[in-house]
Amino acid sequence: MDDLLAEFLTETTENLAELDVALVRLERNPDDGETLSLIFRLVHTIKGTCGFLGLPRLEKVAHAAENVLGKVRDGVLGVTPDLVSTVLAAIDQIKFIVASLGTTGAEPTGDDAELILRLDAVSNGRAVPPAAAPSPAAPPVAEVPAAVPAPSVPPIAAVPAEQPRPAPESAVEAPQSNQTIRLGVDVLEELMTLVSELVLTRNQLLQLARSRESAAFSVPLQRLSHITTDLQEGVMKTRMQPIGNAWGKLPRLVRDLTLELDKRIELVMRGAETELDRQVLELIKDPLTHMVRNSADHGLETPAERRAAGKPETGHITLNAFHEGGHIVIEVGDDGRGLPVDKIRAKIIAKGLATEAELAGMTDNQILRFIFRPGFSTAATITAVSGRGVGMDVVKTNVERIGGTIELASTVGQGTTFTIKIPLTLAIVSALIVEAGGERFAIPQLSVVELVRAGTEAAADAAEGEPVLQMINSTPVLRLRDRLLPLVNLADLLRLRADEARASASRRHIVVAQVGASLLGIVVDRVFDTEEIVVKPVAPIMRHVTMFSGNTILGDGSVIMILDPNGIARATGIAGSADGRSAGGPPAVAKAGRREERAAMLLFRAGGAEPKVVPLGLVARLEEIGADQIEAGADQVVTQYRGRLMPLIAMSGTLDLTRPRQTVLVFADAERRLGYDRCMGLVVDEIIDVVEDSLAIQLSTNRPGILGKAVIAGRATDIIDTGYWLTRAFADWFDAGEGGPGGNARLLIVEDSAFFRQMLEPSLIAAGYDVTAVGSAAEALALADAGARFNAIVSDIEMPDMDGLAFVARLRAGGPWMDLPIIALTGMTSPAQVEAGRAAGFTDYVRKFEREPLLASLRQCLAVSAEHRLHA
Amino acid sequence: MTATTIDRRPAAEPRGEDATARTLVTLTIADQLCGVPVLSVRDILGEQPITRIPLAPPEIAGSLNLRGRIVTAIDLRCRLGVPPPPPGTPRMSVVTEQGGDLYALLVDQVSEVMTPPATSFERNPPTLPAAWAEFCSGIYRLEGRLMVELDIGRILALSTEG
Repeated sequence: MDDLLAEFLTETTENLAELDVALVRLERNPDDGETLSLIFRLVHTIKGTCGFLGLPRLEKVAHAAENVLGKVRDGVLGVTPDLVSTVLAAIDQIKFIVASLGTTGAEPTGDDAELILRLDAVSNGRAVPPAAAPSPAAPPVAEVPAAVPAPSVPPIAAVPAEQPRPAPESAVEAPQSNQTIRLGVDVLEELMTLVSELVLTRNQLLQLARSRESAAFSVPLQRLSHITTDLQEGVMKTRMQPIGNAWGKLPRLVRDLTLELDKRIELVMRGAETELDRQVLELIKDPLTHMVRNSADHGLETPAERRAAGKPETGHITLNAFHEGGHIVIEVGDDGRGLPVDKIRAKIIAKGLATEAELAGMTDNQILRFIFRPGFSTAATITAVSGRGVGMDVVKTNVERIGGTIELASTVGQGTTFTIKIPLTLAIVSALIVEAGGERFAIPQLSVVELVRAGTEAAADAAEGEPVLQMINSTPVLRLRDRLLPLVNLADLLRLRADEARASASRRHIVVAQVGASLLGIVVDRVFDTEEIVVKPVAPIMRHVTMFSGNTILGDGSVIMILDPNGIARATGIAGSADGRSAGGPPAVAKAGRREERAAMLLFRAGGAEPKVVPLGLVARLEEIGADQIEAGADQVVTQYRGRLMPLIAMSGTLDLTRPRQTVLVFADAERRLGYDRCMGLVVDEIIDVVEDSLAIQLSTNRPGILGKAVIAGRATDIIDTGYWLTRAFADWFDAGEGGPGGNARLLIVEDSAFFRQMLEPSLIAAGYDVTAVGSAAEALALADAGARFNAIVSDIEMPDMDGLAFVARLRAGGPWMDLPIIALTGMTSPAQVEAGRAAGFTDYVRKFEREPLLASLRQCLAVSAEHRLHA
Repeated sequence: MTATTIDRRPAAEPRGEDATARTLVTLTIADQLCGVPVLSVRDILGEQPITRIPLAPPEIAGSLNLRGRIVTAIDLRCRLGVPPPPPGTPRMSVVTEQGGDLYALLVDQVSEVMTPPATSFERNPPTLPAAWAEFCSGIYRLEGRLMVELDIGRILALSTEG
């Protein structure tokens, strides 16, 4: 028998048994909404599965039954004994067909028209019109299957109809028992515990044998040891399965949907080898199926619609599984039309799930999350594939049952991505063992990006290039290459007694961990080895401590707590890992620096009491510079910094040279390739803190050097215009002026240097543009493929892989962005190069750093392009 | 105070009047003889290496490894409001199971298993300190000394207190 069919039969038989009980329960308590939801979901699952297995008879019966149940759920129909009998009759009919499937592998011939007629009648509110006829048949429900096919089919069919009861037992069992045995997880759990005990006893024996040196025992003991190890591995393996097993039936599902929906769909599966606990795997199978079906049905457009939107005809559904930060993450994404926020909003109001006023206060993402509510569906028509608003409800319930979370990210025109995060409560992971405050802890290896040994500021012998640990006020940060990392001291965080000798050591060990999209440095006293561990949940009394994801027993028999970097980040308020942005859209969009994204920012005071802020990513280093190292020239104050002169600019206007030490933010351009290896120091009064917040400029300002005000850490804060201060430092940098109104035109910045991206973005946003920044031509092209629309593009010329000239040539060759104004941004402006640029298709050429010419050029290009469109 | 005593009456009564004697494992905490029902005891352990759990309530001494299972250790002295023993004093533990999880109760000494006559059982005197009254289900009058019967369910009811 077909594997898929066998699996379907096992599942359905289980579901049917549950249905009987649930329906009877519902009859007794007609108001039990939970039971009703359960029944509805079970019937829906049966219908959905047989739909793609090609079992039309079964599907029709299930569909009709679901119709009735749907009306009950919506409150249109009340629960009456008649109704329940009719539904039970339908379920018996399903049982009959399923039993027959088990014996012959095919649906029995026959006709369920009468039953469906009755179901439809009930569904339409008519009180079972042929009450007299079916009623006698309905109560002894077990006979219905035999009775229904009998009158209308030839006698041959009546024979299997009479006989199925004894036959299926052996027929269904036989093929299944050959391949797999269904075992309770508790049996495996018990085995696992026994094996763990065996391992420990073996270890004790080995230790004894070592001290006694009795040769007679050593050989059998060796053998015992090997067998124990093999046994342990074997038992562990029984519980782990690659997620690919759950995806096995998806390609066929998608293929069938392709035909059914008349769409072109390609299923991309990545990370199929990611291992998952079998119990977890079982529970996410159904949700995944539902989601893929939803993506195909609602998410992806028809080939004609896709063509019209300038996208390739073939839509993609992408499944991606990987381990991340102590979780297993499964992404189900499509590059379809995205979720329509407006339609969802209208539906929420229509369904009375929220008021208009409540919705007004919600972000788009919060509104989108309503699709997880029971009974919510935006599809205008109910199709056989999906669209009853049951799917996402089931998905969320199942995911949450195993302690997981589900997030979604959707961009209209670009697609929707669901991200399921499941804690690896039972999974085996590789972990790094560290020590802090005299205790050992395990950190899941997957969230560890790197290990750094950093010198403290006090250590004068800090080797060139070695990362340095510094204090901002009393907050430690790590200067690692070109970035500043927030740090937490593990011993302090866990309120452990600090190890005096280690705390004063000049070198510290820092575990750089990935938390959502940001990095976090965890300061520990010692770093040991990595070990494979089996994560065990912590005792219920300890569940409220979110910094631990579990505990485990190490090879030496000691118990050790497993740290959860996400929990640590939450406890310290560093990362908004719960804000759902991490979900991202298609990969290219996720990386693009949209302006609502949160960023780490440096808060400081300079020339006034109110705080000022600068994106931390722009600051290369923080320095304290002694007064004796500062040289005041005629028009500039400079210091010798790393073998070259660095101009110092005071934010407050005049530099107070009487202070013994100056706090300096060093801005450096790392883009040495272009020969801009210069840096400048911005002198400030005091550094306050490093905070994580969204950089949303709310008020623009006329003050020079200030981009505008934003609410950072709950206070109105000035955002400084780095571009302005850079031009103050170097005479040849154009003095920036007022930004022109961008009129919300959408701009795409293509620039490989993160420094310039971060510098350009805020100044263009301040000028009123809606800015998206990407780091390479490839990412930009991915956006083009994904259907993103822009009014103009600003691109760097010198970029790795594909340079600006090739990029623009590619765009000009055709596609939706063919006629966009594209402005080149470059450090080289020799006439020959300008000519080459224009030949390749650039609309204009602007030198890097020059804000005002860039704004002027943008205004001009956009005006021309608008005029062009008018005339076209 | 009075309220808690009344609250406990129904649980204690059947034992007081019932002739069926209960078998208890006796243990000492700060020289006080205590008893726990033998059927709730899974294991008796000697001194064990215990891993501290940071940020845990003070009553939780840490976790230990019992033949491959992780056991949460609860310091009964701390739970009963008795000052900690002098450092270095070896302690024993009584392992019990609740809701599929194992807990080890750290005590000073575990001694014998005894079946005191049911007639010697009395309810908590109302003057018993609150910390004890909360975890005692009653008192046995033994020859020469008193034995407090501990209610393991109440001792383990830490989770609700957060």
